[in-house]
Amino acid sequence: MKPLRNPEREVSQFRERLVSASVLVALGFLVLCLRLAWLQVIRHGEFLARAEQNRIALVPVTANRGLIKDRNGIIIAKNYSAYTLEIEPAKVGDLDGAIDELSTVIEISARERRRFHKTLEDYKHLDSVPIRTRLSDEEVARFAAQRYRFPGVELRARLFRQYPLGETASHLLGYIGRVSAKDEERIDGFADPNNYNGTDYIGKIGVESSYEEQLHGTTGIEQVEITAGGHPVRTLTRTPSVPGDNLILSVDIRLQEIVERAFGDRRGALIAIEPETGDILAFVSKPTFDPNLFVEGIDPVNWDALNNSIDKPLLNRALRGTYPIGSTYKPFLALAALELGKRHPESVTFDPGFYSYGGHLFREGGPKGGHGVVDLHKSIVVSSDVYYYALANDLGVDAIHDFMKPFGFGDLTGIDMEGEVPGVLPSTEWNERRFHQKWFGGETISIGIGQGKNAFTLIQLAQATATLANDGAVMKPHLVKAIEDSRTGARTFTVTSETRRIALRPENVAFVRDAMVGVTTDPSGTAYAAFVGSTYKTAGKTGTAQVVGIGQNEKYDERHVEERHRDHSLFIAFAPAERGVQPKIALALLVENGGWGALAAAPIARQVMDYYLLGKEPAAPQNVHAAEPTALAPAAHKTAVAASSVSSGGN
Amino acid sequence: MNAPAGLRLRLRAFASSLDPALLATLGALSLVGLITLYSAASDHPGNFSGQLRNFLLAALVMLAFASLPPRVLTRMAVPVYGVGLLALVGVLVIGVSVKGAQRWLDIGFTRVQPAEIMKLGVPLMLAWYFDRRAGTLRSIDFLFAIVLVLIPVALIARQPDLGTALLVLAAGFFVIFFAGLPWRWLLGLVAGILAALPVVWSVLHDYQRARILTLLDPMSDPLGKGFHTLQSMIAIGSGGVFGKGWMQGTQTHLEFIPERTTDFIFAVYSEEFGLIGNLVLIVLFLALVARALTIAGHAATPFSRLLAASLAMILFTYAFVNMAMVSGILPVVGVPLPLISYGGTALVTIGMACGMLMTIQRHRKLVQS
Repeated sequence: MKPLRNPEREVSQFRERLVSASVLVALGFLVLCLRLAWLQVIRHGEFLARAEQNRIALVPVTANRGLIKDRNGIIIAKNYSAYTLEIEPAKVGDLDGAIDELSTVIEISARERRRFHKTLEDYKHLDSVPIRTRLSDEEVARFAAQRYRFPGVELRARLFRQYPLGETASHLLGYIGRVSAKDEERIDGFADPNNYNGTDYIGKIGVESSYEEQLHGTTGIEQVEITAGGHPVRTLTRTPSVPGDNLILSVDIRLQEIVERAFGDRRGALIAIEPETGDILAFVSKPTFDPNLFVEGIDPVNWDALNNSIDKPLLNRALRGTYPIGSTYKPFLALAALELGKRHPESVTFDPGFYSYGGHLFREGGPKGGHGVVDLHKSIVVSSDVYYYALANDLGVDAIHDFMKPFGFGDLTGIDMEGEVPGVLPSTEWNERRFHQKWFGGETISIGIGQGKNAFTLIQLAQATATLANDGAVMKPHLVKAIEDSRTGARTFTVTSETRRIALRPENVAFVRDAMVGVTTDPSGTAYAAFVGSTYKTAGKTGTAQVVGIGQNEKYDERHVEERHRDHSLFIAFAPAERGVQPKIALALLVENGGWGALAAAPIARQVMDYYLLGKEPAAPQNVHAAEPTALAPAAHKTAVAASSVSSGGN
Repeated sequence: MNAPAGLRLRLRAFASSLDPALLATLGALSLVGLITLYSAASDHPGNFSGQLRNFLLAALVMLAFASLPPRVLTRMAVPVYGVGLLALVGVLVIGVSVKGAQRWLDIGFTRVQPAEIMKLGVPLMLAWYFDRRAGTLRSIDFLFAIVLVLIPVALIARQPDLGTALLVLAAGFFVIFFAGLPWRWLLGLVAGILAALPVVWSVLHDYQRARILTLLDPMSDPLGKGFHTLQSMIAIGSGGVFGKGWMQGTQTHLEFIPERTTDFIFAVYSEEFGLIGNLVLIVLFLALVARALTIAGHAATPFSRLLAASLAMILFTYAFVNMAMVSGILPVVGVPLPLISYGGTALVTIGMACGMLMTIQRHRKLVQS
C-alpha cells in the first residue's frame, strides 16, 4: 500500500543516496585527475613536441642566384628585385572576372593574360601564378589601397633574373624558368634536393643550366611561428642563405657582340677559342633570341614565333648542329699525310680538275681545268680537291679515323654545356655497326674533302683548330673560366691543365701552319681577299660544304628554298700565326647557305681577328645576306689558279 | 530615514544568511574563469567585458533566487515545466533553424532556447512531484516521473540537441535517484541502456556518430573530425605539470584550440596552468559540489533536499562532462564549463541554481536529526 511511509526512513534513505552520489562525484573527479596526469606527465613530451610542430613552420629562404660576368667583368646575367602581382587560383573562383576587375586598377596587357593562362596550364601545381611583374611604385601604391577588393591576389617582392644584353649570347647563357615536373626529377638527382625547397626557378639551358648548382647557392631556413590558419606571427630563428657563386665566363662579350653583328641576319655559328687555355672567347649561334622572354614563362605568341620560325632561332647550331666541314678538313688531312709518311712536302699531284676512282669521276670544286701541278703546300692554299681525293684514298678511312680521333672529331668535346652531340667520324668498323654494310672505297674519296659521312659540330672543329694552333696540346673548351665566390671573390678555375697532348712533329705542324698562312697571304690563297692589308699573320682555311637536304615537310617560299639549297660557307683560322708565336685566338665558323667559304665566312673571321688582336671595331654592321657568289667573286676565289702555284712555293 | 535603515538592516540580515562557503567557492571559480577567459579571448577583448556583465547579471539572478523562500520555488515548478514543454513543442512546429538544428524560438524581441529552461525546469518539476507524493511513494510514481523526464528529453533530442537532452535526462534522473529509485530498477535501467545502444547508434545523426568515433581514435582523422579533440589534447598535454604560463599558451594564442572561449576553454586553462592548475580547479569544483550536497543533506523539506541534491549533481555533471570531453574521454557534446566558459545563458542558469541552493540553505532544518 504505502511502502515508504516513514519520513524518518525516507530521510535516512536520502542520506544513503547522498553518500552514493558523493562516491560517484569523487570517482568522476578522480578519473579526471588520472586522465590529466596521464596527458600532462606521462605523455607531456609527445604533446609538447606536437605543439611545437604545430606552431613552428620552417620557411626556406631562397639564396640570391650568382651573377654571370664575361672574362672582363661585364655583367651579362643579374638579379633585380621587383614587385609582382600574383593570383592564387585556388582562392579565386572566376579567374577571368578577377583579372578583368584587376585591370581596372593595374594595367594588364593581352600578352600578360596569355602568359598567365599558359603558366597556369603548364604548371598545375603552382599555388600562386604571376599576372603582372615589375610593378612601378605608383602601381604598387594603387593596388595596395584597393587590395581588399581582390581576395586571392597578392603583392609580392621577388628577385628576377635579367639578361641586360638581350639577344646577345643567348645560346651560351641560356635562361632560367619555373621549375617543371621534369626539373623536379633533375633536382632529385642533386646532392641535396632539399636545397631547392622554396626555389621557383631553375636553369633551363645554356650555362644557366650546366652551372645550376653553383649559381643556385644554399637555401637558408627561417623558423616562423604560425597560427592554425598558417599566418606567420614572428620569426624565431634564422639561418641565412648563402648566395650562389658567380660565373666568370671565358667569353669576351664585346667580341661576342661583334661576331653576332657581323653575322647580321644570316644563320650560322662561330666558336673562337684561346688555344693555350681552351677558353671559349666567343660562342655564337645565329639567329639568337631574347632569354628575358623565358624567365617568367614565355607568352604563346612569342613562343610560336620562335618555335615555328624557319630560321630555328632556338637551335644551338654551335653545339648541336652537325655539318660536313668541307675543305676545312684539309689541313688536318695534310698533317695526317705528313705524320703518317704518306706524303712529303715536295711530293706533287697533278690536278686535272677531276679524279677517277672505280669508274666514277670526282670533280674538282675549283676551276674547270683543275689546279695543275699541286704540292702539299699549294693543296691547302688553293684548296685542291683532287689532291685530297688521292690522299684520302692513300690514307684509307680507318687511318684517317685513327688520326683525327685525338683531335676530338666525332666525339664530345666535354664543353661545359648540356646537349652536346658527338657527330660522326666514320670508320669501317662504325659503318658496319651503323649500316651493317661494307665501307666502299669511293666513300673514302669524299672524306678527303670533308664531305661524305663526316658530320662534325662547330665546337669540334674549333677545338681541333685550337689544338693545331697549340702544337697538339688539347685543352677542354669551356665557357666558364672560373667560379667566383660571391662573398670573398675567390676564384676557382674550371680547366687548369691540358686534356692530352697529341704527339706531332713540330716541323709538320709548322708546315701546315705556313700553308694555312698562305691561304690568307698568298694572292692565290682562297681567303686572300678577306685578309688584305692585315698587319698580323692569320692561318686560315676556307671550306664549302654541300647541303645534303633540307627538311621535307617545311613550307616556305621559293626564294627561301633556293637560298637554303646553297652550300654552307665555313672558315677556320688562328692568329697570330707568325713562326714561333703562340696564337691567341683560334676559331671555326659556318654561315649556313653562305656559299663559298672565302666569301661569307672569311670576312667575319677577319673582323674577329682585327677586333681581338688589334682592338679594331668594324665600321658598320655588315649585312651581306643576299650576296650572290658570282657577283662578288674576287681573285682570291677558288677560280684563281695557275698564277698562285708559282708564288706559293716559297712558304 | 527609518525605511532605509530598516532596509539596510534587512539587507545585512539577508547577506549574513547567505552561505559563505558556497559564496567563497563561487568567487574563486569565477576568478579562475575570468583570468582564463582574459587569455583565451585576448584577440576579442569584447568577450571579456561581456563576460563581466554576464557575471553581474548572474550574481543578481542568484541573489534574487536566494531571497525567494523555497515555497515560491515549489509554486514555480509546474508553471515553469509547463511553459518549457509548450515552448519545446513550439520549437518543433514554428522553431527557427540555425546550422541545421531547430533549437530556437522567436518570441518577438529575442530568440530563446526552450531546452535551456528545462535544465532547471525538469528537476524543479520532479522535486515538486516527489514532494507531493512524499510518504506515499509507489512504484507507479517512479514510472510517472520517468515519463515526465522523457517527454522533454525526447523533444530536445529531436531538434536535434543530443548534448542538452542528455543533460536534462541526467538532471531528471538525479531527482528520481535521490527520491529513492530502487537499486534493482537502476541496474535494470543500466542494462536496458546498454542493450539499447545499438538502436541508439542506428538513429544517431552522422555528425554524432563521427564525434563518438573520433573519441575512440582521435588520431584517425587529425585534420578533420578529430581536429578539435586532438588539438585540445595537445594543448593539455603540452602544458605539463606547471603549464606554459598565463597568456603563454601557444595552442591557445595561435588559434589551434577550437571554441577556445566557450566549450574548449578548459584546454586553454590546462595549457597555461598545467596539472597543478587543473588539480586546483578540480578541488574547487569538488568543493562546490560537496557544499551543494551538504546543503541538500540539511534541507528542510523533501522538495528542498531533492532539488538541492539534483542541483549539486547537475553542477558536477556539467563540470565533469566538459572536462572529460576536452581531455578526450567523452565525445564532444556542447556543454560549457560552469563559471569558466564564455556565455550568458549558462552563467545565468548557474546563478539560478546557486540562488536556489542558497535559499534552501537559509531555510535549512535547524535541528539536526
